[in-house]
This record gives sequence, C-alpha cells and structure tokens, in this order.
Amino acid sequence: MTVEQAVERKAASPAPAASRDFRLVVLNWFRELTLVPVIVVLMIAGAVVNPVFFTPSNLINVAEGGAALGMVVVAESLILLTGKFDISLQGTFGLAPLLGAWLIAPKASEGLGTEWNPWLGLVVVLAVGLAVGTFNGLLVIKANFNAFIFTLAMSILLTGLQLGWLGGQTVYNLPEAFIYLGAESWFGIPVSVWVTIASFAVAALFLRYHRIGRAMYAIGGNLEAARAAGIQVDRVRIGVFMVASVLAAVGGLMQAGRVTAVTAGQGSNLIFGVFAAAVIGGISLEGGRGRMVGALTGVILLSLVTNILTLSNISSTWIDAVDGAIILIALGLAKLIGTERA
Amino acid sequence: MSGLTSTGPATNPVPVGEAQNVSKSFGETKALVDVSLDVKAGECHALVGRNGAGKSTLVALFTGLNRPDTGAIRLAGEPAPAPADRGAWLARVACVYQRSMVVPPLTVAENVFLNRPVGDSRSFVNWRRLRAEAHELMLEWGFDLDVDREASTLTVEQRQIVEIARALSTGARFLILDEPTAALEKAAVDRLFDRVRRLREGGVGVLYISHHLEEIYEICQRVSVLRDGELVLAGSVSDVSQGALIAAMVGSAPPRRATEIEATRKTAGLGDVALELKQLNVVSRTGSVYDLDLAVRAGECVGLVGLQGSGSATVGDAVAGLVKTRSGSITARGVIGYVPQDRHQRGFAPQLGVDENLTHGVLARISSRLGIVSVRRRTDIARREVQRLHIVARSLDQPVASLSGGNQQKVVVGRALAAEPSVLVAINPTVGVDVASKEALLDAIAEARDRGVAVLLVSDDFEDLRVCTRLLVMVRGRVTTRFDRPPWDRQRLIGAVEALEVAV
Repeated sequence: MTVEQAVERKAASPAPAASRDFRLVVLNWFRELTLVPVIVVLMIAGAVVNPVFFTPSNLINVAEGGAALGMVVVAESLILLTGKFDISLQGTFGLAPLLGAWLIAPKASEGLGTEWNPWLGLVVVLAVGLAVGTFNGLLVIKANFNAFIFTLAMSILLTGLQLGWLGGQTVYNLPEAFIYLGAESWFGIPVSVWVTIASFAVAALFLRYHRIGRAMYAIGGNLEAARAAGIQVDRVRIGVFMVASVLAAVGGLMQAGRVTAVTAGQGSNLIFGVFAAAVIGGISLEGGRGRMVGALTGVILLSLVTNILTLSNISSTWIDAVDGAIILIALGLAKLIGTERA
Repeated sequence: MSGLTSTGPATNPVPVGEAQNVSKSFGETKALVDVSLDVKAGECHALVGRNGAGKSTLVALFTGLNRPDTGAIRLAGEPAPAPADRGAWLARVACVYQRSMVVPPLTVAENVFLNRPVGDSRSFVNWRRLRAEAHELMLEWGFDLDVDREASTLTVEQRQIVEIARALSTGARFLILDEPTAALEKAAVDRLFDRVRRLREGGVGVLYISHHLEEIYEICQRVSVLRDGELVLAGSVSDVSQGALIAAMVGSAPPRRATEIEATRKTAGLGDVALELKQLNVVSRTGSVYDLDLAVRAGECVGLVGLQGSGSATVGDAVAGLVKTRSGSITARGVIGYVPQDRHQRGFAPQLGVDENLTHGVLARISSRLGIVSVRRRTDIARREVQRLHIVARSLDQPVASLSGGNQQKVVVGRALAAEPSVLVAINPTVGVDVASKEALLDAIAEARDRGVAVLLVSDDFEDLRVCTRLLVMVRGRVTTRFDRPPWDRQRLIGAVEALEVAV
C-alpha cells in the first residue's frame, strides 16, 4: 500500500516531474463537478414542469436570483476554508445597503432626509461591511469568542437594527447609481451576474495561485502546522472576515438594486441557503477543503431548485419544505458519489 | 553507504546546533540546569532521558519556542535569531515532532514548501516550479514519494518524510527527530535509519530523541543523557555501555526506590479466567498491537508495561471497547471497569459533582424503571467510594473540576469500581498525582484484586507495579518479556522495556 519502496536510491527512476498524473487531475475535477449531473436532471425536470423554464427571460431570472446569493456564498466559503464561519453575513447583507439607502433617499420614500450623494451612499455600504467584518474578525479570532454563538448574536443584532430603524417600512425610490449593480444589464445579462461570476473567478484564482490563498488552506487544514510554518494565521483569518463582510454587503446591494428598494426583511434566513450551497458544493465545514468551482455549482443548483419550485404548482406554503428535502437529497448524492462533503 | 556507522570524525568542526550552559525554569520547577550540548554536521547525536527529564524543554530552546533563562543557543555557528523571527529559525533548525505538522488537504509538494515562495514571484504560486522543485528535492535525498499526492492519504512514515523534506528545503542543516520511530513498524524503522544515514552524508546534523536505546547504538555517534534537568552523561556511543546508559537515566536509587520492587506474591486463590484476549490485532496511531494472547484470572493483577507507542495502552482501550480491533477476540466475564489514560479527556465531567461522576457507570442501577434517578441510592454508592478511596471533597456535590489532581483521579478510579466490575482495566492510574493519593489509589486496586476482580494494569510507572502479580513487557506491539514472580528487578525491567539485552 505504500508508494515508498523498501530501498530508496538516489538513482531512483527519473520520473518526469513536470507532467502531473493525468488521472489525478481528472479525479480532482470530477470531484468538483459532482453536482453537474444533478443540475442537468434538474433542468430537464424544469422543462417538464413548465415550458416557461427554458425561456431566456426565465434563465436570466435564475441567474439574477443566484447572483446575490452567490456573492454571500463566495464570502462564506472563504471563511469556511480557514476553519471558521460567520452567520452574521446575512445581517450585513441587509443592514449595509439599508444604511446606504437610508442616508441618500428623501424622507418621502422612508429615507432619513439627509439625501446624500448616491456615491457616498455606496461608500457607506462598503464601509458598513468592512466595519462589521473587522469587528467579527477581531472578536472571534483575537478575543477567541466562539464563532457560532458570537456571529449568531451579531446576526440577530444587525437584523434587529435594520428592523428598528425602518420600523417595518421599505426604503424606495433609490437613485440610479445606487441600483445600477442590481438593475442594469451588459449584453443582455444583468451586471450583478457578471460581477458574481467575476468574484467566483477571482476568488478561485486567488485561492489557487496567491500565497495568501494557499495560506488559507493551510490554516484550515492544520492550524498548528500553518503557525509553525510562519504564516501569520491571525492576520489572515481576520482579513478573511473583513473581505467576506464586504462581499456580503455588495451582495445586498445587488438584491436592493434588483427590487429597487431595501426592505426590512432583506437578508433574513438567507444564511441557510448560503451554507447549503457551500457545503453541497464541497466546501468542508471543518476547513481546508473545497474549491470555488464546487461552490458555484452549489449556487446554481439551489437557484434552479428555487426557480422550478416557483414555476411548479406547488403551493407557496410548501416551498420551504420541498426546498429542504431537495437540499438533503443533494447532500446524499454528493456523499454517494464519493466526495467527503457534508 | 560507506561505513558511517562507525564513529567517523565530523568533517565540519562548526556545530549545526549548540546549547551553551543553558538553564530554564518554569515557576518553581527547574526544567534544565546548566546543560551544554552540541550537534555537529554529519553526526547523529542521541538525547535520552526518562519522561520529565527535560528533553522537550531543550528542544523548545533549540527551536526558538522558548528562551533560556541563562546560557545561549547557537545555530550554524551563529547566535540564535530573535524569537519573533520565525523565518530565520526555520532556515536553521527543524524539528519533526510526533504530532504531525502536515496539512492534510494539501499535496506533498505544497506541504514541503508551505508558506515559502518558489520561483520568481513572492505572491503567486508557480505550480510547475513548485512541483518540479519538490520532486527534485525528493530525488536529491533519495525519498521516493509522489509529490502530487494529497497529504491526507500518506502513512505516518511518509508524513515524516514530508516534514524532513520541508526542513531540508529551508536550508536547515540541523534536524531534531522527536521519537521518530514511536509509530513505525520495523521495516519502516529500517528505512528511516537509511534516510538518517543519507542525511548525515549530506552534512546534516541530527539530534535524535528516543526511548528505544537499541536504536541509538545503531545510528548515533554520541549520546547525552538528561535526568531531572541535568546533563548526567555525555560521550561517544561506543564508550558508553548499555548498563551505564540505563544507570545514568535511572540514577542512583534513592532509599525508597529499591532496585527491586516489592510486590505481593500471589499464587493461591486465583479464580477462573475473567478476561481473555486471543490473537488480538489492533491498528492504531498511538501504538498498534500484534497477535496478543492474554488471559487474566479473577484475583490476579497483570501489569502491562511498555513505552508510549508500544501498544500497551491500546490493549487497555481495546478491552474497554474504545478502539476497533482488526482481528482476534476479547472475551470478558461480567462488567468491565475502565480507568482511562487521560483523565481530563475521558475521565470525568468536570462541572458535575463527585457523586454524579462516581455513579455515571451505574445509572441503570440507581434509577427506577421509569428512569428517575434515586438520590438516596446515588448518595449511598458515592459515599461508599469516597470512603474506599479517601476522596477529599467539601461535599458530595462539589464539582470534580475544583478538586486536586489526586482526588480527581480517585473519582475516576471510584467510577470504575462503583460498577462492581469483575474486570478492571486501568491505564496509568496514578499518573501525575501526589504520593498520598498514589497510595490510596494503589490500595484500592489491590483491594479490588483481593476481592476477586481480574485487574489489567497498564503502566509505565514502576511504583504501580507493586500491586501486580505478574508482568508482561510490550515492545512495538508485541509481548517480549514476562516476569512471573515478584519482586521485579528494576534494571532488568528497564532493559526489557527499552528493548535492550542487559547483562545482569
């Protein structure tokens, strides 16, 4: 069973170093693309359920719905890879765009009345994300609070602030610049979809080729070994929390632009879908394992499920139950196909 | 392989690592007192000593994890780098610990160059170069390991190779191997020795820490012995006899520690076989067991003695049903009481009271058919065990976490005895407790034995062995020596445990 031979010699067979074992490469990709067959089956099912499914406008609709979710999945996946997680990303997803919108919208449309420049509003959105991420990172990593209970409390707090400030109302009538990301299209495809795809790609390349990306895998895989190798484990982990919260804020901006308003409930219960997509996509909850390609397939799968359920005649009160059941089935399939996810 | 097993003179006079009169204390405890030791390029220097002798502290000083109170560490002929400059330390010295420092989800190549840039860019990974350089390194040192394999699929031996390769790739020529053979099989040990010889040929200096003294005679040139933080013996391996080595480790026997360990002689009054192991095979990271046959009768106490990794503790865990056996059978009559090795991990629920902890194993007996626990019956049983073991607690419901270590351990043993077992398995039951507690614990075990309990006592503390009626010594998963009648000869026992043939 060992690759090692009984006697090693310096004159060991000069195996070609640069040519990687082809089977390994294929196997790795196969692992990442476990969900593709499931997605194909779902698409067929979608077509059967409702002919509207395969129309361009519906598919764009699916992609648009997946874009905001996808941003948060990228964010959560980065944190999960380093062995932590952040439940309050959904709070940031709601609160950050709300604060921005509140400061720029006129009083008539439930704004504060300050009517700031929309660009300043965008800066506020990102700043809120950065602030929440920094706070979470410092307290979870430096002060060693338990990530689950701390970010859960943060999530409740952020959502509560959102509801309290708005008093249950909706901020609407938002300026063009603020909703551009969620409302405009390039070449017939929403800007949000482009941005999300770009985020997945940049994250994937960063994780694969950047030193800090590799350090993230090392930290999640064996914290002590990473520390011993001289990796600044705390700095990297806090940085990841910060980046993730900013990404979640951008995701919230997409959602706000899509509906051209910020509701008091934006972001609530989002995080369950985020975890589901990441985990189905092969991101390990233990840390150190998983790739962005897989996470992307998780997002696609979940968005399709939501769309097909809406198109089908299932009563809307049953959608959550079916949603949950399908996630469980996807987890089971992923396990069967032999990856170590879930 | 030229005849380097003989004590060839070091080619390079500059030591790769040197401790100059270092002392280190932790609070009241003097971990190291005025220790000097050097490792030259191309030599393998053995560091031996019993547990707590100061070996780990010395390693921590050499690797920069701790600083000496007085004295100095020099690496590659220069003063040691600043403590915060991890990179500088890593470029001069590396230690392969027993606990793995490999990142499982990453490939071998990436593990080798963990957090170090390969190629032109400091920020971006050049995968082709990374793999090529890792491959080249493996070829250069003759390690046959596929650099594209994921580290999670590697054996213990292969993980060691990754860590050694990592050390070499930083340019470090001072390598500390901390009990490298503890989890290896015989063939793997031989391959490790080949590797160490090749490292020496390549100018690497190795500080070799091991409990297995026979290994030292096989691959080391010099040996240093630590005892109670002091360097008690240093010299060329060829000049130090095995007897002298053991004598240095054990020290002159203080009056209480006679060379012979008195133990109860017991032949009559043995009952039937209560615990029987047949051809037991267990594979474990912490020590595998091969083809073990063992029968313990009611009323006897069998001592299972071995070093860490010898498999002795694994036998205890297997009997308790906590590790999966690969083959063979374990038959026990009646209830098994179990005293785990690590009391903090498996011994007790720290926030719960003494009474609850003592009765966790007998909940069925103290509760009604509906599952309602009878406080009265719980108190009765708890009180009985408290008296039996002389547990000192303010009240029966005092949380175990707030007791002294000795009393915590008494609770653990009491929990095992409360079930009125017919078989008692105890692993290092007196580790880290004060003398009075030790007496109480051993008395309780002896009393159980005399009541007709079949006791299997796994221990590397020779004091414990006085309650045993016979001993089995395990080395690398097999029983190698048997001692059938007390008293136990300390020298012979150590020789057997350390796998040495001692001429007595």
